[in-house]
Amino acid sequence: MSAARVGIVTFPGTLDDQDAARAVRLAGAEAVPLWHADHDLNGVDAVFLPGGFSYGDYLRCGAISRFAPLMDELIPAALAGLPVLGTCNGFQILCEAHLLPGALTRNASLHYICRDQRLRVESDRTAWTHDFAAGQEIVLPVKHGEGRYVASDETLAELEADGRVVFRYLGNPNGSLNDIAGITNEAGNVVGLMPHPEHAVEDLVGAPSTDGRAFFTSILRKLVNS
Amino acid sequence: MIGSEPDAVSGVEGRGTRHSAERMRSGERPMSADSVKRAGVTPDEAMPFAELGMKRDEYEKVKEILGRRPTGSELAIYSVMWSEHCSYKSSKVHLRQFATKAPKSEALLVGMGENAGVVDIGDGWAATFKIESHNHPSYVEPHQGAATGVGGIVRDIMSMGARPIAVMDALRFGGAHQPDTKRVLPGVVEGISSYGNCLGLPNIGGEVVFDPCYIGNPLVNALCVGLLRKDQIKLATAPGPGNKVVLFGASTGPDGIGGASVLASATFEDESQAKRPAVQVGDPFMEKLLIECCLELYAADVVVGIQDLGAAGVSCATTELAAKGTGGMHVDLNLVPLRDPSLRPEEILMSESQERMMAVVTPSDIPAFMAICEKWDVPAVVIGEVTDTGRLVMTWDGEVIVDIPPGTAADDGPVYERPYHEPVGQPALNADTPDRLERPDNLRAALLQLLGSPNLASKEWVTSQYDRYVRSNTVLAQPADAGMLRISEVMAGAEPTTRGIALATDGNGRYAKLDPYAGAQLALAEAYRNVAVTGAKPLAVTNCLNFGSPEDPEVMWQFAEAVRGLADACKILGVPVTGGNVSFYNQTGSTAIHPTPVVGVLGVIDDVAKRVPSGFTSEGLRVALLGETKAEFGGSEWAHVAHGHLGGLPPEADLVAEAALAAVLVEAGRRGLLQGSHDLSDGGLGIALAEACLAAGVGATVSASLTGDAFTDLFSESSARALVAVRPEAFDEFAALCARHEVPCYGLGVTGGTSLVVEGVFEVPLAELRETHEGTLPELLG
Repeated sequence: MSAARVGIVTFPGTLDDQDAARAVRLAGAEAVPLWHADHDLNGVDAVFLPGGFSYGDYLRCGAISRFAPLMDELIPAALAGLPVLGTCNGFQILCEAHLLPGALTRNASLHYICRDQRLRVESDRTAWTHDFAAGQEIVLPVKHGEGRYVASDETLAELEADGRVVFRYLGNPNGSLNDIAGITNEAGNVVGLMPHPEHAVEDLVGAPSTDGRAFFTSILRKLVNS
Repeated sequence: MIGSEPDAVSGVEGRGTRHSAERMRSGERPMSADSVKRAGVTPDEAMPFAELGMKRDEYEKVKEILGRRPTGSELAIYSVMWSEHCSYKSSKVHLRQFATKAPKSEALLVGMGENAGVVDIGDGWAATFKIESHNHPSYVEPHQGAATGVGGIVRDIMSMGARPIAVMDALRFGGAHQPDTKRVLPGVVEGISSYGNCLGLPNIGGEVVFDPCYIGNPLVNALCVGLLRKDQIKLATAPGPGNKVVLFGASTGPDGIGGASVLASATFEDESQAKRPAVQVGDPFMEKLLIECCLELYAADVVVGIQDLGAAGVSCATTELAAKGTGGMHVDLNLVPLRDPSLRPEEILMSESQERMMAVVTPSDIPAFMAICEKWDVPAVVIGEVTDTGRLVMTWDGEVIVDIPPGTAADDGPVYERPYHEPVGQPALNADTPDRLERPDNLRAALLQLLGSPNLASKEWVTSQYDRYVRSNTVLAQPADAGMLRISEVMAGAEPTTRGIALATDGNGRYAKLDPYAGAQLALAEAYRNVAVTGAKPLAVTNCLNFGSPEDPEVMWQFAEAVRGLADACKILGVPVTGGNVSFYNQTGSTAIHPTPVVGVLGVIDDVAKRVPSGFTSEGLRVALLGETKAEFGGSEWAHVAHGHLGGLPPEADLVAEAALAAVLVEAGRRGLLQGSHDLSDGGLGIALAEACLAAGVGATVSASLTGDAFTDLFSESSARALVAVRPEAFDEFAALCARHEVPCYGLGVTGGTSLVVEGVFEVPLAELRETHEGTLPELLG
């Protein structure tokens, strides 16, 4: 069997694409670079939208990237079940693309914050979190200026009722409503979160944690089993 | 190359004359620019050299070089290229010591005089690094001033052919409680944060220091390090007649005019002046695109020579490229893409608009070059051509407005032997030793007072605003003694290596005020030590020399002494200076800042997996102090915090002891003997112990009986000392290693528990240490 192929999207201003590709490779999958200007998903089995400041975040974060040619391919594929993970700017793009509900706004502190963040895994039923256990506490770095999750009361109630809050902050770094750090869509194939699993996969570098590995083992197991 | 920091200019000679540029602005001017032809027929026309910061004799020298009066555009070029910042005219005679006293170093691939120095770090890899000031703009507009400081140094590193891989910032502000600090500090930090984070460069260390001497002159010194293959070094040169000159990146606007000089204040009418801020505005998104674009251009091998545009913008890039190449260049200034179409050629030449680069490209490579720029949405335009005429010629609307030998602007600027003498008050300052200061009865309270003082308190409020993880190569970052990066994963396709690099910056203005010679050496010693405690071998030096006005003989003495001290110390430690920057005029009125040489040291570790973490990492380790402790309190943090005292002499800079200490640390790291380490510096052993405990939340019980006086043991700032944590079973081997290098090694105690216990003196729970350490900055800054 050939290795699973995970696409890593680079927009102008994407920063964590090398990190994302490395995390995918360390998990044993093939990292396939995808370019924002191409109308081509290259037949990948899953897609990772990494963090960064696409288009400088000069407009609303993700608002321009959402209209990239590649997104014309990605959005229908995601709606058809392709596993998609968006972290940080990737999460913001998924929200702008309406693949996930709600929006990410300026941190309550009005400061960018980079720190090792404790989280609780709320759902192990998504394509990207099978290898966690619900209720498990993990540490991943956060690094963002606009990570405060907001949504309407109805949306929040729906997310909570349907078990679609995937990660919750333990010690809210940014003022997110309901301490929400990450959510999923109804089908559970699209997951977005502000923390960075790709910076928590090696002992030598990044956060003092390797809790990020489970994202990538989760998706590989799912791809192998499907 | 030069940075982008303006000099304050004091020349007033020649003011009040109605000059041609002013006439040009006020409507009396002819529609065309001041051309060479026109200069020939109006030889006596008064030119605004004084307003541009040029002295009369310098202006006369320009006339002598050209054999006529300069045109407005030529005057613009000479005035910025001969400014203090670009020409180093006051510092040059002293800086030569960095070359004449340089130690033999096989690692040095590119030395001073290029955009940045390059050192061989083994396995075919090279590192390039440099620190540069952006002090004055950061006072005027903290956010943009600091942001563009990061942008400028990153482009210097890019122009060597390297991928920038990390940044650091050495920052100095006024007193922590002074109101203006609350304006300047948050703005500077936010500027560095927004620019550096958006570039995707991890910020892995630096300094934050408070002292009232910096209240009107904060210091923002930005360092960048880049990585490249040894055979891929690019230089700023324009060889090969017929080759094309390409300007790429952001378009040119009116920002930053007067940045490196004073054009704005004197020459423009009110309406246009309002549009012309002297501080540049940064666009980190464009810079990120430029980084990726340049790396792809290098990989495609379509660049003959390259130069970034910093201070003096197009003036500097064209004259320096031409001077180092075949010697001639023809540029059509009408082709420069403008953000503001009303810009005049003089303004285009002086604009310091950010995120611009200039490349020399063979005609056959132009299509490939342009295709790569297009892929990255980076505008690029051919604005000229390399010639063999030996002249830099520029045209505007078809008329020749510049025709100069480029080397006369780039290299043959004035050189001053400024007079200097020891400050009148220096003997009295040195005689006022801290011996007279009352020692504290309660050493526990003294420790907590120091630990919570702004200079020693946790800097997390600042560093948490910087991304330290991006690109996933960060092995160590703040608050570790040095930042460390692995290099094997930096570039795709490169052969693997276990090596890593470590970097630290240090400086102590109080020490340098008491003795600039020793102060500069102590700055080097501390950065050198900070690199060594991580297990990396110190290899090379960069420096940022922040001083007051060179026209003040007392300041000039401080500068001369600091350079002499640093050059001597580099020779003893065997680490060459590879480049750096001088920032003069850091003074308000007649009051200068403390002389503040900031020194950056780069080191290499053979196996990055063997890095020594900072502090006490686990329980049951033996704690030892390396080096000798003497009663040295001149310029100390204790004297500063407890008594507001500055006097006497700084600690002795024992560079031989420093080298021996580093040799022990590097060898012990290589053999895997160290579980943790921490350097001793400001605040002495007491602060080092507290920080080592807080690093991983592991306490320690120690006995301090080094000098017979617990106060001296805990708070003296003797140099060449470090704290180590060693597994008990490895201690004998470690002690033998110390003995072989004649480094004193004192067993102090063991790690463990939830308190720092100094037997017979005090016990402080870690929670109390942490609260004291971490509470200060949030309380000050919100």
